[in-house]
Amino acid sequence: MPGQGLINGLAVTLKTMTKRSSTQQYPDVEPDLPPRSRGVIALLEENCTVCMLCARECPDWCIYIDSHKEEVVVPGAARARQRNVLDKFDIDFSLCMYCGICIEVCPFDALHWTPEFEYAETDVLNLLHDKDRLGDWMRTVPPPPAHDVLGEPSKEEATAARKAAGPGAATPAKTARPAVRPEPEK
Amino acid sequence: MPLWLELGVRVVAVVAAFLVVPLIVGQMEHKVMAHMQSRLGPMYAGGFHGWAQLVADGVKFVQKEDITPRDADRRVFQLAPIVALFPYLIVLLAIPLGPGGLVAQPMDIGLFFVLAVLGVGVVAVLMSAWASANKYSLLGGLRGAAQLLGYELPLVLSAASVAMAAGTLSLPGIVEAWSPWWLLWQAPAALVFFISGLAEIRRPPFDMPIADSELVFGYMTEYSGLRFAFFLLAEYVGIVVIAALTTVLFLGGWHGPDPAHFGWLWTLVKVFAVSFVVIWLRVSYPRLREDQLQRLCWLVLVPVALAQLVLTAAVKLAL
Repeated sequence: MPGQGLINGLAVTLKTMTKRSSTQQYPDVEPDLPPRSRGVIALLEENCTVCMLCARECPDWCIYIDSHKEEVVVPGAARARQRNVLDKFDIDFSLCMYCGICIEVCPFDALHWTPEFEYAETDVLNLLHDKDRLGDWMRTVPPPPAHDVLGEPSKEEATAARKAAGPGAATPAKTARPAVRPEPEK
Repeated sequence: MPLWLELGVRVVAVVAAFLVVPLIVGQMEHKVMAHMQSRLGPMYAGGFHGWAQLVADGVKFVQKEDITPRDADRRVFQLAPIVALFPYLIVLLAIPLGPGGLVAQPMDIGLFFVLAVLGVGVVAVLMSAWASANKYSLLGGLRGAAQLLGYELPLVLSAASVAMAAGTLSLPGIVEAWSPWWLLWQAPAALVFFISGLAEIRRPPFDMPIADSELVFGYMTEYSGLRFAFFLLAEYVGIVVIAALTTVLFLGGWHGPDPAHFGWLWTLVKVFAVSFVVIWLRVSYPRLREDQLQRLCWLVLVPVALAQLVLTAAVKLAL
């Protein structure tokens, strides 16, 4: 029928008008952020070994790290051990592009995403967060979201389960179905 | 009541309506459009759901610098917003609100007067377009001239059909003669009048002369501050005027339960309902291309209006 589209268009706008709007009134009401929101990066200083992986992988080089070595005398050991002590860990959030590569590469989970996003500054220099400020953000790191019940188990879990079952047990590689579809019945 | 006092009261009432009703329609546009797009619209100005948003906008426009481009034709440039706004004020004089002479200026040739004054809008568009010394303004103005001249024809023809049916050119007379079955009989004329009225006030989907995605802002490109605010106000008053004319000519004006006491209320309710439809169409439909616009006018609206005229004449002669 000619003109049907015009009427449908009017119906859509009228229906939308009667529904609740999807606006979140941010400054008055806290926004309801999705899980794993990338607001700011938090640093758990104790976990950092100054391996420098984050600083090297950062695409725009916005992580600045300084450290010194300290001797640790281990009782009973033949000689004193050395360990790295973090002096400076700055992230310049005026350069950061929130790619999260530093968090991905950190082997000891020293860096975490937090959904906190209200750290705008009137001076761009204040966007350089030092290690105390980055450590402060740790308070806002949410617990990791639960695993997807339909997802495959983590590598660690799978390995542990295989070891517990002993050799000769069924593994995914053994029980997997052939990639070829079986011939249909005639 | 002495004559001068009565005259004063009428003029003050019309000016008050001229200033208040368009603001209500403008606020309605903000809110209705927002909710149709799943937004909230203004929420802060004035405290309660942004009711004072347009007042705040007005204050902002007053504070802005009033710029006249160096190459502009200064006098014409500065006069154009007034010319755009003034005809609508004059039209409001002739629109009847209720029975028993509740109209600022009853006129025997009210319909003729209203249509003639509405035609002045073209002049304002051309003045602002030419005087701005800007190619976008000029393009917008020429589009506007083509559109306004074209749509004037179905507007006048469909209004003529009602005048013929009522046997009078007086607007209160037309409402007096109106009866509910006109809704059916004059429906094509009503549609043609409403659509060409929309085009006359250059509302989307007929905003080809403004077309902000291609012509910056058409003939209003060079305007700022208070003069731009006048153009915006003219747009909202235009909605009110077209809604009021559609109400008076086709929807029976003050007809409704107890017209003697609540006639003014029925007129206002109908005016706001038609204004809502104007806003609704704006939200729902994309802008017509220039050729589609002219095609709709000359190949659809004008023939329908002429056919309606013939139908009205035939029915009048037969009865």
